[in-house]
Amino acid sequence: MIEIEHLGKRFPGSDAPAVDDLTISIGDGEICVLIGPSGCGKTTTMRMINRMIEPDVGTICIAGRDVTRIDPVKLRRSVGYVIQQVGLFPHMTIAENIATVPHLLGWDASRIARRADELLARVDMDPARYRDRYPRELSGGQKQRVGVARALAADPPVMLMDEPFGALDPITRASLQDEFLRLLYELRKTIVFVTHDIDEALKMGTRIAIMRAGRLVQFDRPEAILAHPADSFVEAFVGGDRALKRLALMPAVDHATGALGVAPGAPRLPVTASLRDALSTLLATDRDAALIDTDRGEATITLGAIREALNGARH
Amino acid sequence: MSWFLRNYDQVAVALGQHVVIALTALAIAFVIALPVGVVAARRERVYAVAIAVSGFLYTIPTLAFLALLIPLVGLGRTNVIIAMVAFSLVALIRNVAAGIRGVPADVVDAARGMGMSDSQRLLRVELPLAAPVVVAGLRVAAVTVISVTVVGAYVNAGGLGTLIFNGIAGDHAAKIWSGAITACALAIGVDTALAFVERQLARAQRA
Amino acid sequence: MLIEAWRYLLAHPAQFAVALGVHVTLSAAALAIGAAIAIPVGLYAARRPGVAFAAVNAANVGRTLPSLAVLALVMPLLGTGFAPSLFALSLLALPPILLNTVAGIRGIDPDIIDAARGMGMTPRGVLGKIEWPLALPVIFAGLRTAAIQVVSGAVLAAFIGGGGLGDFITAGIAMMAIPQLLVGAIPVTLLALGADFGFGVLQQRLTPRGMR
Repeated sequence: MIEIEHLGKRFPGSDAPAVDDLTISIGDGEICVLIGPSGCGKTTTMRMINRMIEPDVGTICIAGRDVTRIDPVKLRRSVGYVIQQVGLFPHMTIAENIATVPHLLGWDASRIARRADELLARVDMDPARYRDRYPRELSGGQKQRVGVARALAADPPVMLMDEPFGALDPITRASLQDEFLRLLYELRKTIVFVTHDIDEALKMGTRIAIMRAGRLVQFDRPEAILAHPADSFVEAFVGGDRALKRLALMPAVDHATGALGVAPGAPRLPVTASLRDALSTLLATDRDAALIDTDRGEATITLGAIREALNGARH
Repeated sequence: MSWFLRNYDQVAVALGQHVVIALTALAIAFVIALPVGVVAARRERVYAVAIAVSGFLYTIPTLAFLALLIPLVGLGRTNVIIAMVAFSLVALIRNVAAGIRGVPADVVDAARGMGMSDSQRLLRVELPLAAPVVVAGLRVAAVTVISVTVVGAYVNAGGLGTLIFNGIAGDHAAKIWSGAITACALAIGVDTALAFVERQLARAQRA
Repeated sequence: MLIEAWRYLLAHPAQFAVALGVHVTLSAAALAIGAAIAIPVGLYAARRPGVAFAAVNAANVGRTLPSLAVLALVMPLLGTGFAPSLFALSLLALPPILLNTVAGIRGIDPDIIDAARGMGMTPRGVLGKIEWPLALPVIFAGLRTAAIQVVSGAVLAAFIGGGGLGDFITAGIAMMAIPQLLVGAIPVTLLALGADFGFGVLQQRLTPRGMR
């Protein structure tokens, strides 16, 4: 869906390039997370996709069309744009905010109104209550939900999101992340998501692009990056508890077996538990095996199975 | 231009009068505005009333104010000084209050915690820290006062306005130029000087 | 004394009406001309640092100049009468309007502008739909300041033959005739207060509902 080839950008007055020979291919329906330390070029890269920053060299193609040949204004109307501070227009109602791009595209009023209500419902905000409110009446989490709704209004195939949940407290952030993933499950969008939070990247991304000093260091699925970091920088970046993070991505049921002879009083886990949850429980209860309640009966997860999941079968 | 060079003593006298009147008015206004501003910084209602009254006075057109004072105090310097004090109050009160309110709460708290009395805290902590903002208010007041003094010549207060009025009456362009340009130069000069002071005070605080 | 002033007014209705009319016309026209120049220049300069620097500094200097000095300087160049007075008063109106226009635009949260651009608004769209409504209250505060300055300056225009209520005041002072003086001073004071109040109300009304 998005083909970036040999993208480069250097800002006047700095020696090092902000983005250096970046080549990346993002498939339709993917969530590609751009992550790296401050100054690695992730935001600059994202902002070149909708030409808020103009590339120096390289090409960016969306659905086969070179974006540098399209009128930037028209381009941006077909790309969703969500920023950390949201940038809701304070002098417009929520409905008017959401209606911005449809307005620019010339939709008629009733279609716009219906779409605004539809999107408010999708982001879990009662349209009747919120459509005529003003941004200053909303909480941080609500503002960003409106921000997402506003970006989705014209149903763009591609969305750019620059640390959209970064300004929120951890609880709101986690819940919005979940809601957004659920939303994307229903819609089919290609997302470029910038963050500096590795846990958010592991949670949200179908593939993660780790950047450093303007260059791409590794681009792969979360499990692959955790299992095989490309170099010591990536290893340090994903954190010393890499093994635990890997376990968090693996559902326990996938590594469970039928109920063996398990000692009485074994701890029980829900079917949604990850291997990390299982490990945590086993350590806390000082047991070797736990039971998982699935809808087809009980399954067993053992310490041995957990180790195998990480390291492969022994002997 | 040649008139100016031949008669610069006349200009100097007028300039001198102008500065004296202006400084007198500024001093009086400051003496009034400082305590009012300090109280207003702490009490919202005092602030509201003080700003409303001084703002009202500021809105009255200069010549009208001078004229309205004539039945009360006649012509002359007193008249103009009263008007100038009245006009400069709003800027000074507002800036004194803003300056004091702008002192960080943790600094005030520390001063109190160290055992400073209210007046010690005011003199040693709050006013010095408020100084840049207060000087900004003085800037506005000074420029206002210089402007009023120009008009004040019409009610016999002296100053650079005398040159202007004499020039208009006698159709003497050189006098008009001399008076008007000197007044402008004075205003710009005072404004620039006080801006410099303001910047230095602000910089000293940041260090 | 007030009664005498009132009697003087009743004895000279036409003269008063003309003076009032001239004063209002002079003030309104100067404000309009000042706004017509200062607002577009301010909008243009706000996002261009070099231009803004020059414009803001010029306006700051202009703001300090004594009104009577500006009026007087116009006289040797353009003579006396309505037109030179209008010219001088328009100059006096420029600085506050320009400074407030620049401040109003610059005061807008840059994230809002970024979001607007990122969504595909044209620069003109951003100016019209976002920047102008959000800057309008501050611009109006500038118009309010300019209005008071212009009404006050128009009184001084009497000195260069501009007419207006200042004529009553100057004549009153020259002849020490208090009633005549009051017929000029009191109405013009009311005019200034009325303009201040009126613009204040407008400013309130123009503040977008989402931001009050």
